[in-house]
Amino acid sequence: MSDKKKTPPTLVLNPIMCDGRGLCHEAAPDLIDLDEWGYPLLPGHGLRAELSRAQLKAAEDATHACPVLALHIER
Amino acid sequence: MTSGRSRPFTPTLPWRGRALTKVRDDGVMTGRLGIETRSTLPEHEAVYGRLPDVGKRHGRNPGALVDEVEKAGLRGRGGGWFPTHLKLRAVVNSSADRGRLARTRHPVVIANGMEGEPASSKDAVLLTHSPHLVLDGITVAARTIGATDAFIAIHRDSRLVPGLEAALAEREAAGIDPLTIRLVTPPARYVSSEESALSHWVGEGVATPVFPDRPFQVGAAGRPTLVQNVETLAHLALIARYGGAWFASTGASNAPGTTLVTVGGAVHQSGVVEVPTGTTVEEILRLCGGPAEGIRGYLTGGYGGGWVAAEGFADVAWDPESVRAGGGVIGASLLWALGESVCPIDEMSRVSAWMAGESAGQCGPCMFGLPSIAEDVRALALRQCGEDDMHRLMNRLSLVTNRGGCKHPDGTSRFVSTGLQAFASEVEAHLTGACSVASQRSTDPARHLPVPAARLALLDSSGRDFT
Repeated sequence: MSDKKKTPPTLVLNPIMCDGRGLCHEAAPDLIDLDEWGYPLLPGHGLRAELSRAQLKAAEDATHACPVLALHIER
Repeated sequence: MTSGRSRPFTPTLPWRGRALTKVRDDGVMTGRLGIETRSTLPEHEAVYGRLPDVGKRHGRNPGALVDEVEKAGLRGRGGGWFPTHLKLRAVVNSSADRGRLARTRHPVVIANGMEGEPASSKDAVLLTHSPHLVLDGITVAARTIGATDAFIAIHRDSRLVPGLEAALAEREAAGIDPLTIRLVTPPARYVSSEESALSHWVGEGVATPVFPDRPFQVGAAGRPTLVQNVETLAHLALIARYGGAWFASTGASNAPGTTLVTVGGAVHQSGVVEVPTGTTVEEILRLCGGPAEGIRGYLTGGYGGGWVAAEGFADVAWDPESVRAGGGVIGASLLWALGESVCPIDEMSRVSAWMAGESAGQCGPCMFGLPSIAEDVRALALRQCGEDDMHRLMNRLSLVTNRGGCKHPDGTSRFVSTGLQAFASEVEAHLTGACSVASQRSTDPARHLPVPAARLALLDSSGRDFT
């Protein structure tokens, strides 16, 4: 915590919270895809995705759209 | 065991190099030799001597033992082979970060004796023979990190419970432990053995994995929690007695010491052996009577581990780095030989279906992905799978990895994808409607991977199964 390294903002998905409602995909279709079962696929297909400046707005939209707070942005 | 020496000659748990009969918890195969006999506390102390005081933790300084453990190079035997001294230090550091949560930051120790791997029995053998070595290890770990609560976790309804209760009663009567070690019995679910799930059970009574998974910071009831496999703790108890240099005097340099290996499948005498790490696969098989028929491949590590083809693997040394270089995963130290009389796809189908049912149902890719994968593998086993289905399967295998709160989907995916690779010719045959084993399939249950009775986990998302 003490040494603050400068890392790009990162979109983080909590897969246990996620219910697969798909609202993140609706809010940010270019950033978040859905798999065949309706669960979100972040860029890179992991639980964390580093965001470019251009992606930040979409990531914020997706985060705000999630009704179960499964997404957040680490800055 | 009857020797009066104050310490054994060699860095060893008491049965180095001897194959022991498999002990199985679910009663599918019960022990055939008299290994239900447990060493009592006086017997244990006659062999190893009394546990020395390892020095208590003071504030940020862990007990003196941590340096010995670092010198020993001990790595966790539960599957991850994570350096034990780093885990000890992580718990100490996180409990020293007091702040406003000061009163709730006393660390917890949990000995993981769950052994969720159905084909593995090393922990059961260890706990059956030498419970006191493991319990010594718990005491040592608790002193070192300054823990105020200590638990040993065993599957519910396990055959090991009475023996452990007796061992704990002996210690209580002798008054040798500075804190009471409590036996807890979480439900016998595959993912409940995962360390965040165990912490979740001890703290909150629900044995499901937690995300993010960092029990060393936020474990049982939010307290820093050290979860260690029981074999790791047994080694810790030996290091406390004989020192790190002694421990490191045997075994491979990347993971010194000895290790227990569960050997099963197409060998003459399946069981558990203790060998120095770095022993070749061939030697381990020889200790278990050698191959009982031609071997096509091996399952390494466990059901979340990896398959390797037989060619060249006999020369591989049994340590984490060498096994990985050989294409496998040492994991929970399972070495299971798949014989020629068994269809590998068939094995993969049964096991992946079971693994799908063992999902905690918390994460979508696992809850829906694993049953889909299991169905695809089943179609392949039944020779009803075409090229398109194979593509879909490969896609699904990559789709479920890195997306779960725990590594259960990743492990299941690896189990299937490494199997498809290791037995590529069999996959080809199945795609054309043939099977090289077909009518000569062995009916001997010992030649097939064990799969516990099915559960109805997916029908109940309430978590009832995990409480």
